[in-house]
Amino acid sequence: MDSYLKRVLIINLTNHSYQIEERQNYFKEYIGGVGAGIKLLREFLDPNVDPYHPDNVIVFSIGALTGKFPMVSKVVSLFKSPHNGLLGESHAGGRSAIAMWQAGYGSIVIKGASQIPIYVTINGNQVRFKEARALWDIADTETVGRILRERDGISGLRTIMRIGRGGERLISYANVTTETYRHFGRLGLGAVFGSKKLKGLIISGKRSISIENRKEYQHLYDEIFELCTSSPVKKYHELGTSENILPLNALHALPTRNFKETSFENAESLSGENLAMNYLGRRIACSHCPVGCIHLAILREKYPDDPYFYKTTLVSYDYEPIYSLGSVLGIKSVEDFLKLMITVEKVGIDAITAGVVLAWVTEAYAEGLIGENETGGLSPCFGDTETYLQMIDRMMEPSNEFYRLMGKGVEALAGRYGGKDFALSYFGNELSGYHTGPGSHLTHITGARHSHLDSAGYSIDQKIYKDGKYPGPKEMAQKLFEEEAIRQVLTSLVICLFARNVYVPERIGRCLRLFGWDFNEAQIFELGRKILFEKNQLKREMGFDMENFNLPKRAVETPSPLGSIDESYIRETVKHFKTFLFNPFSSQ
Amino acid sequence: MIRRVKILDSERCTGCQLCMLACTRREGKASLEGSRIRVRSVGGMERGLTVIVCRACQDPSCMYVCPVDALEKRERGGVVFHKERCIGCGKCAEACPLSAIEMDEEEAKPLICLYCGYCKNYCPYGVLELEKT
Repeated sequence: MDSYLKRVLIINLTNHSYQIEERQNYFKEYIGGVGAGIKLLREFLDPNVDPYHPDNVIVFSIGALTGKFPMVSKVVSLFKSPHNGLLGESHAGGRSAIAMWQAGYGSIVIKGASQIPIYVTINGNQVRFKEARALWDIADTETVGRILRERDGISGLRTIMRIGRGGERLISYANVTTETYRHFGRLGLGAVFGSKKLKGLIISGKRSISIENRKEYQHLYDEIFELCTSSPVKKYHELGTSENILPLNALHALPTRNFKETSFENAESLSGENLAMNYLGRRIACSHCPVGCIHLAILREKYPDDPYFYKTTLVSYDYEPIYSLGSVLGIKSVEDFLKLMITVEKVGIDAITAGVVLAWVTEAYAEGLIGENETGGLSPCFGDTETYLQMIDRMMEPSNEFYRLMGKGVEALAGRYGGKDFALSYFGNELSGYHTGPGSHLTHITGARHSHLDSAGYSIDQKIYKDGKYPGPKEMAQKLFEEEAIRQVLTSLVICLFARNVYVPERIGRCLRLFGWDFNEAQIFELGRKILFEKNQLKREMGFDMENFNLPKRAVETPSPLGSIDESYIRETVKHFKTFLFNPFSSQ
Repeated sequence: MIRRVKILDSERCTGCQLCMLACTRREGKASLEGSRIRVRSVGGMERGLTVIVCRACQDPSCMYVCPVDALEKRERGGVVFHKERCIGCGKCAEACPLSAIEMDEEEAKPLICLYCGYCKNYCPYGVLELEKT
């Protein structure tokens, strides 16, 4: 087994100290990533802690195959989420996975809180705590990245994680940004960084491992490389995830104007095709990923005082932000969408939640639930980019309760002002851009992260269109459960989910055996269920009950391509899912 | 015969670093450390990437500064490295105006391109090309 992987770096921000310990079993038995992270949270985290208390703990983990095979390119972070008070789990790529691996750690645990803003550098065995008071309050996360990059001065590969003003201001859905274009998003890791006065984390190192069975390794490596660079994986390079805009729009599954509608008249303009042909400036990749799915658009904005000079900005785009800062807000042009994207990136907040929050605000304003008293004289309406930009700015310096609540998501807003029927979130996490049918909503309800990535119910929905076979609640629950369970293995290794069809259990077994892990296919399935079970146990201790979900009326009423969502079907499926979760080995 | 690995178009580089990993894998290692080809951002990913590899000069600067003749002129350009003669002084790395030579920190020897072209096999986007004679 990879001898450095068992090493866990434990950083205490309260007294600026650190120690290195070993947890062989978390990597041998749980193969790292989410599996190891859950074990570490069990050790270090009180499940009832307030997410902003210094005792909240952040765990970063990589897995057994990091550094060894293509698309094993991510780091998983686990923490108690300030956004929904449950388990926070978020994954990111960039340079982070290889940097952690070369630094010589399987996991990094961050506990305590600093008195003053600091950033931490980890270079192999050296850990330094550095003054960051002067970095607090800088307007743009990109500037912060540049300063840290230049100041740190270490050559070679590194990852530079940092927060923006969103994290400093404890916006509960603030991101940690890494390598400018990748994020630990959704559940507010950035706010946990902010609460700990941790502005940034730079990781580098120079270690390597020798390959024992070179021939077999090379053979397996080539097999995987080949699969990663051919169809269907390569579609993520060409148009990227934004290739889904037109098909989902044609299906009437693209949420538009706060889910009132499911197709958008400007879909053509915001499509992956139009973005690629007219705005794509560069494609980049995470380390060790031959796909290169990160698409950067170029926005040229004219300076008002100079007729011939433009400010040029590169910003990444994907399907989800095109939905959340595009269709769901009724945004009319690519330029407007990119301006919103640049702004959420600058302040470092989750693009999906930011858009869904603005959509709720727009509707609540139209319904008279909030007025100019709350908005400070602004009149949001769908498609009004300038107002949205101002509102994001005001959230950073909230002058009243309304703007403070905007920084906590739609549940907080609806809890105060009403409008729950059109507050689109499950368990406090705002909905992603797939109104494909019940599967998508069920994934958000049952998935451990309450994210579309947990069990991809949207793809079950799309299968129903093709086959015409509607699964009963138990069958649906089983499909979702099996998918989420196997994804625990992928996210323990921590493989990019775009490669989920490359890293099938049989192939994962071969990869693991080559490096000294002994898992057969059945054991891989079993491990996934075990990790999911343990995750759920931890969430239960945080007060989670899956059946206690709120189904927004809007989600039920707006027809999906599979018709209106049947609430009793959803409730029944959730019940079955819960049974699988509590008896993870009975469905085999 | 391969003359050198040519950077055809670094604008198409995604920064995936598979070429670097290929270089070390050929030597039986898994790491970015010890690669003879290097990809790095030009001051952050937003400004693009640069790929650095030995350009197999006809008149190589590195060769002239080696005090122990460990770098021998290669017929097709560039140098042949005689590791057994090398004393690890690092002068070659300093002399290369392209910064195409890095020192292997563990071994204290320069990392000199072997002109094998193996890295090119793992570049999916046509950044690298093999120049042949």
